[in-house]
Amino acid sequence: MAIEQDGSDGNHQAPEREVAADIFRRGLIISPFLLVLASVIWGLSGLACGAIALGIVLANFIAGAWIIDWAVKISPQLLMSAVLGGFVLRMGIITGTILPIRNQAWFEIMPFALILIFLHLGLLIWETRYVSATLKYPGLKPRVKRQNRKKSLD
Amino acid sequence: MLSLIASTISILAAAVTEGEGLKAIGAGLGYGLAAIGPGVGIGIVVGAAIDAMTRQPESAGTARTTMFLGIAFTEALALIGFVVFILLLP
Repeated sequence: MAIEQDGSDGNHQAPEREVAADIFRRGLIISPFLLVLASVIWGLSGLACGAIALGIVLANFIAGAWIIDWAVKISPQLLMSAVLGGFVLRMGIITGTILPIRNQAWFEIMPFALILIFLHLGLLIWETRYVSATLKYPGLKPRVKRQNRKKSLD
Repeated sequence: MLSLIASTISILAAAVTEGEGLKAIGAGLGYGLAAIGPGVGIGIVVGAAIDAMTRQPESAGTARTTMFLGIAFTEALALIGFVVFILLLP
């Protein structure tokens, strides 16, 4: 898909990567709070399992966006197979990562499960506030406008 | 072929008698069933996005963003299924 076809001003060649990078940034912002909370409740094992869940969620977003960006440049037909194949591959990688360690003494399922599910959904819901999805800005809303709006509210 | 079926049945029977195996079968079935919904959902999302991109190439960027978010929301179901799978495994 050519850059000129998407109607943007040329700065949004890969809107899904832009959104995924923003999700990653927000995930890094919130991660210390989650890890501290997990370590307070479950100790060091909670910290380790929380960190694994955090890494899985953030890597999953980045990998999903990268696969779409790679496939959409080639053809829409490849996009279909790449997205579905990527979904199966990512689920396989997550399963293959967790299955060997799930019986370890230090593995706590609760921090892992809670962070995995709620961080994934929470980051997505949080991100929807900042997605523009217009012809001019197909990815995120422009930051300048947000700052101006904040100034005008002040 | 018959020997394969017989061996499968014997493995299942052993699993049933052991009890732990039933949990493993349930966990595997649960994960598999939980992955069907997101698979169908992602297919619908991507199909609709490709339809939008081919009909209106100028809105491809918007369709891609919406598609990415749709896929990510749908994948949450698969992650929930994965967590249930890990919880059920003996």
